[in-house]
Amino acid sequence: MSVGVWQRVDRFGRNLTPAAITIALLLTVATPAPVPGAPPLAPALVLISVYYWTIHRPDLLRPSALFVIGVLQDLLTGGPVGINSLILVALHWVLVTQRRLFLAGTFVFMWFGFALTLASAIAAQWLIYAIANVALLPAQAPAFQALLTLALFPPVAWAFMQVHRTFLSG
Amino acid sequence: MVLGRVDPVRVEGLRTHAMDALAPILEALSRPAAAAANAIEAVVDLTNVYEENQRLKAENAKLLQWRQVASKLEAENSNLRGLLRYEPDPKSTNVAARVIAAPGGSFVRTVLTTAGGRHGVHKGQAALTGAGLVGRVIEAGDWTSRVLLITDINTRIPVMLESSRQRAVLAGDNSEQPRLLYLPSEAPVSVGERVVTSGHGGALPPGVPVGVVAAIGERGVKVQPYADLTRLDYLRLVDFQIEPAGGDAVASASQQ
Repeated sequence: MSVGVWQRVDRFGRNLTPAAITIALLLTVATPAPVPGAPPLAPALVLISVYYWTIHRPDLLRPSALFVIGVLQDLLTGGPVGINSLILVALHWVLVTQRRLFLAGTFVFMWFGFALTLASAIAAQWLIYAIANVALLPAQAPAFQALLTLALFPPVAWAFMQVHRTFLSG
Repeated sequence: MVLGRVDPVRVEGLRTHAMDALAPILEALSRPAAAAANAIEAVVDLTNVYEENQRLKAENAKLLQWRQVASKLEAENSNLRGLLRYEPDPKSTNVAARVIAAPGGSFVRTVLTTAGGRHGVHKGQAALTGAGLVGRVIEAGDWTSRVLLITDINTRIPVMLESSRQRAVLAGDNSEQPRLLYLPSEAPVSVGERVVTSGHGGALPPGVPVGVVAAIGERGVKVQPYADLTRLDYLRLVDFQIEPAGGDAVASASQQ
């Protein structure tokens, strides 16, 4: 009986992994960049996490969790509340319909899929902020952010794979 | 998003609570980040100690000259003030705060600091580094406050060109160099001219250094801020004790 309870607690803890990782990345990215003279841009690690877990374990990173993560992100950045929720939940829907395709493909294909995801997420953000400010925003910073994130995708995704295998293989 | 428009007060309250709640975590995270930054910087500094030393010696000689000039001017100024019975500006108070998060990403330029309402920080205060203006406090929680940087697209600060006294409005556009708005096209501007706050609108006192004119082009006049906004460690949150009519309106307008 008690073994059953502990097993359930253990499972519950393991199942929190994707959401916990995403929130941890969200907070890490918010700390000031440790490289002197680096542009004040942080890679969109949250998107990598959402992309990876939505494809591999959509049952553990539900739209409701993504909504909360998005709100947290907006509260932290100081932008209008809801932008990131909207984008993350929309991404979830798109990715869930396409996940079989990504699961079957190679790593490079997954990387390519992430490039598309990232581009559409950042473009959507750019569009929303441009409309909210009634102004065309400079595109260099978001483009740089996208490239930085894309370059970081392989190591981060590799780390996620290890975590996935270790904690969630059952 | 829509909720923010419908009930801005409640959303802002929620935001300051979230800021206060997350502050300990962010602060803990920012310590190793700062340590890593210092370590990297130490290595970089080691490689150019010699040139840096030469440069600093030259600069020191120049600054000593300037100190002579400044002390002469100070004496003269206080004499003249005495003659005119000039009323000095109200005393300002400072709170030093550490930057614990720069969460903006590419669309919002803000930083979170460790000083909040409990330390006497309130909305509308100026945030400065030793070099110049960094931004304004737009939200103050109990333990944290959020500073909107002068490069953010929502920033509007009344400024003037120091030598010509020509007024303009400094407007951020999310690039590294904010622009000057409402500058008459015939106004004489030259690259390298100092830009300081004008004190209009009553939120900031006149004469706070902002930056220098960096480029004059078809897309307007660009200003390079004095403060290094990519590397903010500590900020001075200054209460200039100005209580203008509609000061709050200015602060909330800058946030819209």
